[in-house]
Amino acid sequence: MNRITRSKIIDQLFKYFGILCTSIGLIMLAALLINVFSDGFGRLSIDFFTALPSRFPEKAGILTAWTGTLWIFGLTILIAIPLGVGAAIYLEEYTRKGFLSNVLEINIANLAGIPSIIYGILGLTIFVRTLRLGESVLSGALILSLLIMPIIVVSTREALRAVPKTIKEASLALGASQWQTIWHQVLPAAFPNILTGIILALSRAIGETAPLIMIGALTYVPFVAKSPLDEFTVLPIQIFNWISRPQAGFAINAAAGIIVLLGIVFVLNGIAVVIRQRARNKIKW
Amino acid sequence: MKKGALFIAISFILVACSTSPNTDMANEETSNREVESIGQVSIDGSSTVFPVTEAVAEEFYAVNPDIKVTVGLSGTGGGFKKFCRGETDVNDASRPIKETEIELCDSSGIDYVDFTVAYDGLAVIVHPDNDWVDELTVAELKMMWEPDAQGEITKWNQIRDEWPDEELSLYGPGTASGTFDYFTEAIVGEEGASRGDYTASEDDNVLVQGVASDKYALGFFGLAYYEENKDKLSLVPVNNGDEAVLPSEETVKNGTYSPLSRPLFIYLNDQALAREDAAEFTQFYLETAGELVSEVGYIPLTDEEYAAEMEKYETFLETL
Repeated sequence: MNRITRSKIIDQLFKYFGILCTSIGLIMLAALLINVFSDGFGRLSIDFFTALPSRFPEKAGILTAWTGTLWIFGLTILIAIPLGVGAAIYLEEYTRKGFLSNVLEINIANLAGIPSIIYGILGLTIFVRTLRLGESVLSGALILSLLIMPIIVVSTREALRAVPKTIKEASLALGASQWQTIWHQVLPAAFPNILTGIILALSRAIGETAPLIMIGALTYVPFVAKSPLDEFTVLPIQIFNWISRPQAGFAINAAAGIIVLLGIVFVLNGIAVVIRQRARNKIKW
Repeated sequence: MKKGALFIAISFILVACSTSPNTDMANEETSNREVESIGQVSIDGSSTVFPVTEAVAEEFYAVNPDIKVTVGLSGTGGGFKKFCRGETDVNDASRPIKETEIELCDSSGIDYVDFTVAYDGLAVIVHPDNDWVDELTVAELKMMWEPDAQGEITKWNQIRDEWPDEELSLYGPGTASGTFDYFTEAIVGEEGASRGDYTASEDDNVLVQGVASDKYALGFFGLAYYEENKDKLSLVPVNNGDEAVLPSEETVKNGTYSPLSRPLFIYLNDQALAREDAAEFTQFYLETAGELVSEVGYIPLTDEEYAAEMEKYETFLETL
């Protein structure tokens, strides 16, 4: 009896501990949202989205910043997903387990821990100078792709590992090649979980500032990028610049910019979640 | 084919127009089709000078939408690294170019010319409830900030005996900032030499918050940040030996607020100045700076000084 009551108390305590952990995250988010919305919500207007940067806080807009963010985001998706998923498939399905694969694995895990500014320095040397891509959207997207690739590789491998071995073996036993097995069985089954990793990775990329400033992403750009080789700026850089200005009006602009950035992340994540749900419903074994 | 020929013909006519000595507003549009013009001016450098250059670029865009002017903020030093590789046309600088940077420019064959565009005052700030400090001498500031003060000078009464026996909490920009370089050079006498045990932030608004919430605080940052937060802060007159001077437009302009006022510069690649687009932008910069500088919170040069910079620009153009 005594032992049972004790277990129940511990059970309850653990539950409340869990609730506490969850609510700390939520309270922080709520505090940020309330703070930012009360400062910046009134500033949101059509003009704010269509105006160029300006020295007058009330005239300044984020046209070049949000279009730049979408450019970077789109290109990063195109570059990082095939590279990351491809690398993960190779590591998970083709390499033999052994010394070499261990070394590769440890290195990829280490890559995920490198400060983002280091990627900026790497990108400045390789993409901007050696390959002469300049301070362009493409350089920025390549750097962010490198930055998030380790996260995609690690999470994709987990997703691939979670596909039941029996499915693979059944496919191979029916005479399918390894490629056919991967393409028709493993990838569709792992897709929803792969997507989870990609969402987390891209959400990180969209908020990055340091590596982009390093390669020379600009702050005042009076035109929208028309090709991947144009100069650009992104929302986090614009926000960063506004926050450090002395005039109070710019702080309000920064808050409004943060709302837009949160909105973009929210919408993109929403789309990904819907796609993931659909893919999950399709899996029938 | 026909179109191409027509275009070439038109360009010739336009070029002929733009090289006529009497340049006025009417042919400004045509002149950016000058053969050498690439329709783009790339600027990088100091975040202190950024608001001025942004303002000029904004106004320039209204007159010349065909010339793309882009401005980054890699910092004065970061900007010079790019400038001296020929990657940018203009560098914003909150201090003169350093010896090492001159060598860098020389080694890649980059020649340049600099113009002074504005003044910036560094404000020494205390909490509004601080009723004991009515001035600080340069020597006292040095005593507080020099590297030897670390761990030693921790109380207000160590500066002057009659001041309270309370903790002296110091706020200042981080070591990567040009403002930090300038302050240490002017006060301690050696650039970058400072105690390390003070609250540092690259964001001056954080320093404003810090000083505003701490009765025993002392901090320094750009005058513009004081102007925007006058109700929360109290400005300290600085005594350089002659008299205690408060920073203001007048005292910064006439040089009596010394040593804590500094000029802000733009450096121009002379290859770029040979291009019509960059030359036009520079001229516009020097013409409009006087008005725009005060709009963004800095202190303009006197009219004579701007005229002198303009003259320097014109003389320089002739040497090209």
